[in-house]
Amino acid sequence: MNRPQSRVSIALVLPDLLGTYGDFGNAVVLEKRMTWRGIPAEIVSVNFGEPVPDSCDIYVVGGGEDTAQTLAVRHLREHPGMQRAAARGAVVLGVCAGIQIFGESFTRADQVTHAGLGLIDSTSHAGGTRAIGEVVATPADGLFEGLLTGFENHQGRTVLGPSARPLAHVKVGTGNDGSVEGAVQGRILCTYLHGPVLPRNPQLADLLIEWATGTRLAPLDLPAVTALRAERAKAAGV
Amino acid sequence: MSSKLSQKMGLGAGGMIGGRVALRLDPQALAHLTSGRSVALVTGTNGKTTSTMMLSRAVSHLGPVATNHGGANMPDGHVTALSKQPDAPYAVLEVDEGYFPEVCRASAPAVAVLLNLSRDQLDRVGEVRTIEKSLRTALAGVPGVVVANCDDIMVTSAARDARRVVWVATGTGWHNDAASCPRCGDPIRWQGEHWQCTGCDLARPRPDWVTGDGFLITPRGEKVGLALRLPGKFNQANAVMAVAAADALGVPVPEAVERLRAVSNVAGRYRTIQRSGHRARLLLSKNPAGWSETLTVVREADHPAVLVINAHEADGRDLSWLWDVPFERLRGRQVIASGERATDLAVRLTYAEVEHTIVPDPLQAIDAMPPGAVEVIANYTAFRDLNARAAQ
Repeated sequence: MNRPQSRVSIALVLPDLLGTYGDFGNAVVLEKRMTWRGIPAEIVSVNFGEPVPDSCDIYVVGGGEDTAQTLAVRHLREHPGMQRAAARGAVVLGVCAGIQIFGESFTRADQVTHAGLGLIDSTSHAGGTRAIGEVVATPADGLFEGLLTGFENHQGRTVLGPSARPLAHVKVGTGNDGSVEGAVQGRILCTYLHGPVLPRNPQLADLLIEWATGTRLAPLDLPAVTALRAERAKAAGV
Repeated sequence: MSSKLSQKMGLGAGGMIGGRVALRLDPQALAHLTSGRSVALVTGTNGKTTSTMMLSRAVSHLGPVATNHGGANMPDGHVTALSKQPDAPYAVLEVDEGYFPEVCRASAPAVAVLLNLSRDQLDRVGEVRTIEKSLRTALAGVPGVVVANCDDIMVTSAARDARRVVWVATGTGWHNDAASCPRCGDPIRWQGEHWQCTGCDLARPRPDWVTGDGFLITPRGEKVGLALRLPGKFNQANAVMAVAAADALGVPVPEAVERLRAVSNVAGRYRTIQRSGHRARLLLSKNPAGWSETLTVVREADHPAVLVINAHEADGRDLSWLWDVPFERLRGRQVIASGERATDLAVRLTYAEVEHTIVPDPLQAIDAMPPGAVEVIANYTAFRDLNARAAQ
């Protein structure tokens, strides 16, 4: 995927089902952070009912309600383009519902267990209370600089298996289980955080872009983003 | 109990007991206060306050109306409004979507109006499909008529099982929450204005009333001009919903239209304030569907815009929804990001490639614009506070 000459394509996967929390913003941030640095990029929306291409460089999957989540799994199984792309090393970002459907299984509040896509070594189940509020976490394994911040609104709790590593360690909020947040397995990265997550965490956006392009990125200073990060960390008491 | 309560509540000038206290004294207060009246309830994500005002004006043709002007749309607000006018034979109440089932059970409405359903305050109100299901159950128990927007898939699903439904084609709807059928989950297919589910029999019902650009068509096929003083397509939709509801209560259509035509300012919304050489029009928008409509209204002229965002509990504390608003439409315009969460908005505008500056205080933001017309769009608490300060 070291193709700096060609256009980097970002698949926005099922925004009409999994677009409940503004996660469309993640695709916009990836696109702009590339084009502003002279890397041609484009967003390809893949809607419900349409086949999922396996040729994209980055796949972005957002959050959604229970019904939408079940439909999304069904659709992604019928059209396994994203899974094929992931197997050849494409970058995949899964947010909220993403972390649940990418795992081996997820169990709802009604105790019914649904099979996941098996992209990540994890299982999810419904927690007793809904986790709602600001989250601040420290990136695991020095994945990127600074703190990971965002807004969570989910009932799921996620347990990682040995093949998946946590994305971050929770300082404020709940994340997967009150201790760790998100998952990383190869180039598949999952998080419970909205905000959306990439506008709030440009270092994470750039990490995904570097994975996809194989190039080291020049710094990109956006004063509004720096100010927002400081404001949200302060609001969360960090 | 009803009369005893009214007496208690009417104790002299300024002796009004608040609705919250009254409900604690008598949990059945709402049922007692609505009993014997002809009640109309108005709910939906956007346009509730405007439609309630339009409908109450129209119904006043028949007699005195008790109504909750100004957005106090939970049961304590209803009790307060109803006890202020214990003798009014009609009640027109704006109802928060979350409280609708409770208010509906207590008041046995003659008319229930369901305007539209889309994402709004996901951390407080919950997800659209959950709301749709609870409204579906509540509307099936409405003894009177349900007036519903058939261009909105969620509304259609919620209203379809009701005993009697009057369908209104409003030409408005936020489709981003309804790609899959709320009944069976299969994809919805659109063909022009018609829509239908590809998996079950949910489809756009044949409308009884139709909204045109500047007019409505009644179920009898009469075309009536609207000539509203409020701007935008969504206010025409609100007006036609209100006329259809008034018609169900027995108000002649020409009388209804004439009365709601006079509405020019709804709890401060759409009013223009004069300030330091500026004519600032105040517009309220609370969620992606509302912002999308308002950005269409301000497109009619190229005036500078002040956008004001807060994130208190009443607004929803999660601002992710800013990314569902097509701010890209403001490219090339002079824009100031304002409000307590101006920085969140500034990040959104940066990525939308809309040039802007940040002035957190909205009145100072208006002052910072070149003299002349300014559009001010604010979300709920930002609007409320700005309106109160502008009135001083």
